[in-house]
Amino acid sequence: MGNTILEMKNITKEFPGVKALDNVNLVVEEGEIHALVGENGAGKSTLMNVLSGIYPYGTYTGDIVYKGEVCKFQKIKDSEEKGIVIIHQELALVPFMSIGENMFLGNEQGKKSAIDWNKTYAEADKYLRMVGLSESSRVLIKDIGVGKQQLVEIAKALAKQAKLLILDEPTSSLNETDSKALLDLLLEFKKQGMTSIIISHKLNEVSYVADKITVIRDGSTIETLDKTKDDISEDRIIKGMVGREMTDRFPKRHDVKIGDVAMEIKDWTVYHPQFEERKVVDNVSMNVRKGEVVGIAGLMGAGRTELAMSVFGKAYGTNISGELYLNGQEVKLKNIKDAIKHKIAYVTEDRKGNGLVLTNPIRVNTTLANLSELCNKRVIDKDKEYQVAEEYRMKLKTKCPSVDQNVGNLSGGNQQKVLLAKWMFADPDVLILDEPTRGIDVGAKYEIYCIINDLVAAGKSVIMISSELPEVLGMSDRIYVMNEGKMVGEMAGAEASQESIMSCILKS
Amino acid sequence: MGSSFSIGQIVKKYSMVIALVIIIGIFTIGTDGNLLRPQNINNLLSQNAYVFVLATGMLMCILTGGNIDLSVGSVVCFIGCVGALLMSKGVNMWLTVIIMLLIGVAIGVWQAFWVAYIKVPPFIATLAGMYAFRGLSNVVLNGQAVAVASDTYLKVFGGGADCYIPDFFKVEGTNLTCIFIGLVAVVLFIVNEFRSRISAKSKGYETASTAGFLAKLVIISAVILFLTYKLAGYKGFPTALIWIIIVVLAYHYFTTKTTMGRYLYAVGGNEKATQLSGINTKKVYFFAYANMGFLTAVASVLTIARYTNAQPTYGQLFEMDAIGACFIGGASAYGGTGSVFGAIVGALLMGVINQGMVMMGVNVNYQSVVKGLVLLVAVIFDVVSKREKK
Repeated sequence: MGNTILEMKNITKEFPGVKALDNVNLVVEEGEIHALVGENGAGKSTLMNVLSGIYPYGTYTGDIVYKGEVCKFQKIKDSEEKGIVIIHQELALVPFMSIGENMFLGNEQGKKSAIDWNKTYAEADKYLRMVGLSESSRVLIKDIGVGKQQLVEIAKALAKQAKLLILDEPTSSLNETDSKALLDLLLEFKKQGMTSIIISHKLNEVSYVADKITVIRDGSTIETLDKTKDDISEDRIIKGMVGREMTDRFPKRHDVKIGDVAMEIKDWTVYHPQFEERKVVDNVSMNVRKGEVVGIAGLMGAGRTELAMSVFGKAYGTNISGELYLNGQEVKLKNIKDAIKHKIAYVTEDRKGNGLVLTNPIRVNTTLANLSELCNKRVIDKDKEYQVAEEYRMKLKTKCPSVDQNVGNLSGGNQQKVLLAKWMFADPDVLILDEPTRGIDVGAKYEIYCIINDLVAAGKSVIMISSELPEVLGMSDRIYVMNEGKMVGEMAGAEASQESIMSCILKS
Repeated sequence: MGSSFSIGQIVKKYSMVIALVIIIGIFTIGTDGNLLRPQNINNLLSQNAYVFVLATGMLMCILTGGNIDLSVGSVVCFIGCVGALLMSKGVNMWLTVIIMLLIGVAIGVWQAFWVAYIKVPPFIATLAGMYAFRGLSNVVLNGQAVAVASDTYLKVFGGGADCYIPDFFKVEGTNLTCIFIGLVAVVLFIVNEFRSRISAKSKGYETASTAGFLAKLVIISAVILFLTYKLAGYKGFPTALIWIIIVVLAYHYFTTKTTMGRYLYAVGGNEKATQLSGINTKKVYFFAYANMGFLTAVASVLTIARYTNAQPTYGQLFEMDAIGACFIGGASAYGGTGSVFGAIVGALLMGVINQGMVMMGVNVNYQSVVKGLVLLVAVIFDVVSKREKK
C-alpha cells in the first residue's frame, strides 16, 4: 500500500437545476478497499459514473488522475481500457444468454468476423473459477441464482483485466451467505493486489471489508476515515452521513385532529412476481388514522413501494397474504379498480413511468382515474372535465399556460401536482404517497407539503413513503421503519431522529 | 389554443393538411387541372372507400401502442367471398350484410382474444390471420370469381354505374341534390360550431381567437361546397361516400368523447399508468382488435360492391394502405397520439399521390417508390418532432 492509484480532484457535476456533486475529492490508494457511504441521493453513484466515463469528460469539471495521468474518458470503453470497471447495482446480464456470452458481450473473443466460441467458453470458465464458481460457462444466466449472477458480474469485470473494481451496492439483492462470500472474495482479491471501491448502505459490511471510508453528503465529501487511525464504528459513520441541520422547510400543521384508524394491515406478506420464492414484504403490520400522516422510512429496495402497491388492489406481487381493514371492516381488494372504489389511492414514485400519460394534456391526466364521474353513459362531459381540471389547477397552483397543455412539457414539480390532482379527484380517504417530492425543487416541495397538510386537515389519511429522512421527520405524525421487507421499527414523529431511524435500519 | 399560437405551431399542427394541399397543387399542375375534374374527384373518393374505413379501424389499434393488424386485407377478401356467395345463393341482401358484419366481429374477437388476454404479439396473431383467411377465401370460392347478385346491394354500397343518390330535382347539367346536401352539411356544421363556441364562452372557457374561428369555418365550408359542387358536375353524390362519412364521424366522436376512446390514447401513452388508474387495459386491447374486425367487414361490404364481384385475390396489401394512411396522418408509431381526421388526411394524401401519378403516366414501379418515400418521411417527421420536445 501507499501508492495513490486514483485521485479525483474538485469534481463538480451539475444536472439542470441541481448540483449533484460539489467539489468532491477522493483519494484511493493501490491495493485497498475503499468504501463510499452516504444517504440516497448524496451523489455516490454520480461520482462513480463520472469516474467510469458514463458522464463523459466535459460534462463535469475537475480532474481525474489515474496512475499519475490525467484521464479524459469519453465513454465506458475508455475507462475499461485503463482497467477501471464498474459493476452496477442493477445486474446488467442478459437472462437468455449463457454465462460465457454475457461475460464477453462487447468484448467478443476471436476475430471480428467470426467469434471463437471455444476460446470464449474456455476463458469464461477460467474466470468463473477465479470467483469460486463451479458452473459451466455454457449455462444460461436465468438458470443460476442472483448470488451467482453477481459473481458472474465480477468475473466479467476480471475478464476485462480490471485493476480498479467499482461495486455499486453489490450485496443489495443478496442474502447473508451470498453477501459474506462476495465480501470474502473482495478480501481475497485485495491480497492479490486488486483495488476496489465499494458503495454500500450496509455499514456492517463496510466495517468488515473497508480500509478507508469516505462519507459523501449532499454532493460534497465530508470526511475520509482510515481504519488504522479512526473509529469506524457504525455509529460514527452514521453521524457523518446524517449530520445536517434541520431548518423549517416544512409548513406547520395546525390543530389537525387525529381520529380513528382508517386503514390497517395485518401480517401482510408478498412475493416477487417473477421469482416467486423471493419474499419482498415479510409479515408487515401497520395502520394509519384519520387526519394522520404516517411516514415509512427505509432504504431503496426495502420493500416499501412493493408493500404499498400490493395493498393497492394487488398492483404488485404474487401470493399476497394478510388482512386489510378499512374503517374496522375487513375487505378483500380484487384489483386496482376495486381499491379505488374503496377510496384508496396510490400516488406512484415514478410519475413519468407509472403515473402520467405524458403525451396527453393535463385535463386528461387529471380525470383518468375517475373518468366515470364525468360521464353520462360512457360519454365524457367535456365541460365538466374542464371545470375539474381548472379547479385542481387553481387549488394546487399548477403552473401551466392551459389545462390543454401536454403533461410532458411541464416541470417535475408541476407534473407531480397533476399526479396529485388526479388522485385527489378520485376522492380517496387513504392516500399512499410514494416519494412525493422526488426530483423536484425546494419551492415545489414546500407546496407539496402544504397540499399534504390540507389533505389531513380534511380528515384524509396519508401514508408517505420517503427516502429523504428530513422529510419523513418533518412531516410525519408517526414513522414506520422498513428494511429488507420487514417492519423494523415504529416511533412517534416527535421522538424520532435521523440517528434513531438509521440505526433502526442498519442494526436490523 | 389561444391567439398566441405562432405560425410555426400552426404549421406543425396542420402539417399534413398543408402537405396535402401542396401535393394536390403539384398534381393539378402536373395533370393540367385534370386531377380536380369532377369524375376524378368522384373516383378518388369511391376507389379509396376501403382505405378510409380500414384506416379508421387501424388507428384504434395503432393508438394502443403502435400495434397493427396485418390480417385486414385477407379478412376483407374472406368476408367479401362469403357475402357474394350468400347473395348468389339467393340470400336476402340485408341479411347478407348483417351476416358479413357478424363474421367480421367474430374474426375480430378471435384475434383480439389472443392479443389482449394471451398476450400474443399483435404482429404475429394478425400475421397468422393474414395467411389463414387468404386460404379460406380460396376454399370458400374454390378459386373462382362470384358476381354480386343483388342490384340493390350495388346501389346502396356504391358499386357499378348508378351508385349515386337519386337526383330529386332533375335539372339538366348539374345534380342539385348533391349541392343541396353540401349546403345542408355546411349549415349544420356552422350551427354546431357556433353553438359549442357560445356555450364554451358562456362558461368562461378558453376559445380560439375570432379570426382563427372564422378562418376554420370558412375553409371547411369552402371545402365541403367545393366537393359537392364538383360531384354535382358529374353524376352526383356517390353512395359509398355516405358510408365513409358515417364511419368517420362516428369514430371521431368515439375517440374524442367516450371513455373507451380516451382509454385507447391512455394505454398507448403509458400502459402502466393507465393500469394503475384502475383501468382494465386488456379490455382496451380487446376492444381495439374486435372493432378492427367490425370495420374490416364494413370495408368488405364496400369493396365487393365497388368491384361488383368477389375474388379470392382481392384485398391484397389493403392492410399496408391503412397502416400507411395512419402514420402519414400523424399517428405515432409508438402509440398514444393520432386522430381519425389525421388518418383520413393520410388516406387522401396517399390516394391523391396514387391517382395523380397514374394520370401523369408515371411507371407503376416508381409509384411504389414514391409511396414508400412519403411514408418514410412522414414517420421521420413524427420521430424527430418528438425528440425535439425532450
